[in-house]
Amino acid sequence: MAAPLTLLLIVAVTIRAALFRSTFAYWIAERVEVVSPLTAWKRVVEGLALLDLGVSPYAGDVFHETPLIIYLFHFLVDYAEITFILADIIVAVAFYYVVKDYNKQVFRKQKFALEADRYPADCHELVRTPKEMYYIPLKAALFYLLNPFSVLSCVAKSTCCLNNAVVSLFILATVKGNMLLSAIFLALATYQSLYPLTLCVGALLYLMQRQFIPVNAYRLSFWWFVAQYAFMYLGSLLVMVALSFFLLGSWDFLPSVYGFILSVPDLTPNVGLFWYFFAEMFEHFRLFFLCVFQINVFVYTVPLAIKLKEHPVFLIFMQLAIISIFKSYPTVGDIALYMAFLPVWILRNVFLVSCVLLMCSALFPVLWHLWINAGSANANFYFAITLVFNIAQMLLVSDYFYAFLRREHHLVHGLYPKKKDGSEATLVLK
Amino acid sequence: MIVTPPRLSHTKKKMVLHRCGVTVALLVLISLSVIVVASRQESTLNNGRHDFQEELVISPLQSGDIYASFQFRTLWEADFFGGNKVSHYRLFPKSLGQVISKFSVRELHISLTQGYWRTMQWGQPYQPSPPGAELWVWFQDSVTDVDGTWSELTNVLSGIFCASLNFDSINSIQPSASFKPLGIGNVTDHRFLRYATLPRETVCTENLTPWKKLLPCGSKAGLAVLLKSEKLFHSSFHSQAVHIRPVCQDAQCATTSWELRQTLNVVFDLYVSGQGKREWSLFKMFSRTLTEACPLASSSKIYVDVSDNSEGEDFVLSPATPLLRQAVVLGDRRTFSVYDLTQKSTFGTTSSLNLLIRWKSSDAHMLRPLLHAERYVAGYRLQSGEIHTLMYNNHPYRSFPVLLLDLVPWYLRLYIHTLSVTSKGKTNRPSYIHYEPSKDRVKPHTLEMLVQLPPNSVTEVTVHFDRILLKWTEYPPDPNHGFYVGSSVVSSLVPSIVAMDTNATHECPLFNSFFPSKEETSYFVRLYTEPLLVNLPTPDFSMPYNVICLTCTVVAVGYGSLFNLLTRNFQIGEPRPGVAKRIANVIRKMRGVPPL
Repeated sequence: MAAPLTLLLIVAVTIRAALFRSTFAYWIAERVEVVSPLTAWKRVVEGLALLDLGVSPYAGDVFHETPLIIYLFHFLVDYAEITFILADIIVAVAFYYVVKDYNKQVFRKQKFALEADRYPADCHELVRTPKEMYYIPLKAALFYLLNPFSVLSCVAKSTCCLNNAVVSLFILATVKGNMLLSAIFLALATYQSLYPLTLCVGALLYLMQRQFIPVNAYRLSFWWFVAQYAFMYLGSLLVMVALSFFLLGSWDFLPSVYGFILSVPDLTPNVGLFWYFFAEMFEHFRLFFLCVFQINVFVYTVPLAIKLKEHPVFLIFMQLAIISIFKSYPTVGDIALYMAFLPVWILRNVFLVSCVLLMCSALFPVLWHLWINAGSANANFYFAITLVFNIAQMLLVSDYFYAFLRREHHLVHGLYPKKKDGSEATLVLK
Repeated sequence: MIVTPPRLSHTKKKMVLHRCGVTVALLVLISLSVIVVASRQESTLNNGRHDFQEELVISPLQSGDIYASFQFRTLWEADFFGGNKVSHYRLFPKSLGQVISKFSVRELHISLTQGYWRTMQWGQPYQPSPPGAELWVWFQDSVTDVDGTWSELTNVLSGIFCASLNFDSINSIQPSASFKPLGIGNVTDHRFLRYATLPRETVCTENLTPWKKLLPCGSKAGLAVLLKSEKLFHSSFHSQAVHIRPVCQDAQCATTSWELRQTLNVVFDLYVSGQGKREWSLFKMFSRTLTEACPLASSSKIYVDVSDNSEGEDFVLSPATPLLRQAVVLGDRRTFSVYDLTQKSTFGTTSSLNLLIRWKSSDAHMLRPLLHAERYVAGYRLQSGEIHTLMYNNHPYRSFPVLLLDLVPWYLRLYIHTLSVTSKGKTNRPSYIHYEPSKDRVKPHTLEMLVQLPPNSVTEVTVHFDRILLKWTEYPPDPNHGFYVGSSVVSSLVPSIVAMDTNATHECPLFNSFFPSKEETSYFVRLYTEPLLVNLPTPDFSMPYNVICLTCTVVAVGYGSLFNLLTRNFQIGEPRPGVAKRIANVIRKMRGVPPL
């Protein structure tokens, strides 16, 4: 099993290295779909240049990375390409082991259920065979490494790759049951881009499930576990923030990083919903709609946790997808992260969704060219395609969610539901 | 309140007059003393309590244009430092005096310019100014809230000069080296300096009229008679300025006086408008002739640059004047014919002066200026671009340093790591860089650097920028016209032509000419490059409602589908009939037939 993974890694690294050396690298690094004001490599270099000039990188409005990124690239700026390739490898390998571990558990659960004869008789075709599951970890790694979105964001040296690496390490630590590392990586991910905060619910549910702690608000063990995790999480977050303060000697990075994420002052076009909306917003409604839009990332956390409390890994996937759709400065790198989970479960309308996503990906540069370079189109063209792209993502996520829920329902109630009179019935959401 | 000497003498007079009623015998004595006091007062006035000078320099330019430069200088010994209130005004305009004392201004320089000074064709101006409005102010170090004072001051100045100087922290900067105080005082802490430009400001009659009203004689007498707006604005270049600064009263510098210098520079394109004839006169330029000096002026002179016409081979100047004056102006030895308007003889028999120059030849030989700068934007896309600044050092063997100052608005996002300075194909590292990055909607970029220009070379400064998409309310009317970026300022001490001229040693004694004399080796030059016009990407201004509705719809689609899946469960339901069947059933119902 390690051999195909190694081969995959070699292919992925070769593609990236070749693109780094090609003339496309410059073109890719300029693409607004691939880099956002938060993650652009150009801005990291600018931050380092400002530091060299003796100006605080946060004095201006160019640099919005965290102080730890400055510190990291202060040493690694000459090895940036290797760093970014390494980050992608980390994501892929982490996903490989996450999915492998997750499959092991699914298989074990399935085995217990089969032994206890809990599945209805007609849904044996839904039960997954080891043969089926054998290639899923590799497919997940492949989906990440050979996904054009992740290749592009690696070649553009978007720091989104590093955030993805941190998030994937967090998922790995969680799935392996390491509470401390999970909390530390989650804190690091939150520190880097704020939104992964919502992933803590999935991690808590998973770790509790693993340690057989009941999710019950009346039980002391539940609160004790939550307190432990919160302590580790907040403690490591505090250490990181304090460390950043001591690195630069000022709190300037707080408004410049997190204020920038939340208040969306930079309206550079991207694949998200925010930029054109807030460019066209009436000034006195701005704050209201800012809250309405930002709340979308957080508002689904509790209902999803309730609905998916038996399936925390799927919950983490859902959260990742929601973050990448509703975050203020999304890039295709974020999408690549949750897409790596796609081989793990099943999907309904693969053809439709993939067609729309492909069409949008092709139209992004075309309409950008018409607007920005040729001047024969206007901002509405590009805006329209971001709308379609986001609808496609929502379709993808809700379909995936629907398929997952339906499979779980069938596993309990049988594949062919019957009415009371024995005739064939259909399933509807009510 | 300081009791000023004129008041003192006034009270003395009163006292004296009071005593005057006592005895007749004393009357003679007293009247004598009154005369003495009055004459003393007269003499203090002449010593510079108030002093007003006016001057006009006319330089025929090599391109065939005529450059006329007016200067009106009011000197006043008054103490504005430390928030003193001065209430007795004579020649000095009260409106400006109140501005100085209210806002604790140390120096104030404002210029309003229409047109761009073409250094390559016209050489250096006497008072350089960028297109549009420029204002720079040094505040006294007693000012605590400099930004607040600055914004109030600009509002007041807008009122005084009928200009819309909307300067606040969004478009003003604090240059660290380019703008040093020109008057006395060694405050060089640039926290007290503010500099701002408005490249798009148009200058017109409404700005000229309040400017003329500041003159002691208004536009009634003296050189100001010539300032007719219909002629002044029918020109290639028009620039009016007001400079206020403290200067020394005398060599000991024990007391300070305030100098108000009002300048007006104008370039007439006579060669084109004169139907091919190279000939000009005061009447042709200003549609007025001069009849008298301003009675309040202590000196009133016209200088005509005749350096290129030493033997009268190029043009004829009439009426001729015996008065010639040589001076080193902008590093070059120039000869001027002088007309003193305070002398009756200047006006001749017709009691009006109409200077006239008639050219004999029409060939123009241009002396290239030693320092010259230009600037442009490169890049055709609306995503990013490059600002190129070219600085030419035309000196054959001397290199000299220049200070380059760029004020770039926040909506062009500069990347300082892309800054490259090259001369003669090699990287030329600036020895000093002062960079303040911009804050969106708060402050602009300041980029200041000291670059050594090698002899006979072009130095190119390049920096990349991103064009930002703004909020739709932040665009000015006609947004596709583009956004103006103010001129870069190039300040330098340029080695003078006089020092370069080896022939000069023929005229001077040998013992004096081994080391070049200090005051003539270099001269200060400030150059302004062209302002830039930069296009930014624009949103569609016509459809904010549509955008809000469409985006909210998409968010609602996401919310709706997730809400649907989160709140509902799978249940067994009736299979829903197809569309065709439903339509058939509706028709059957209307027909009264049982449904399918």
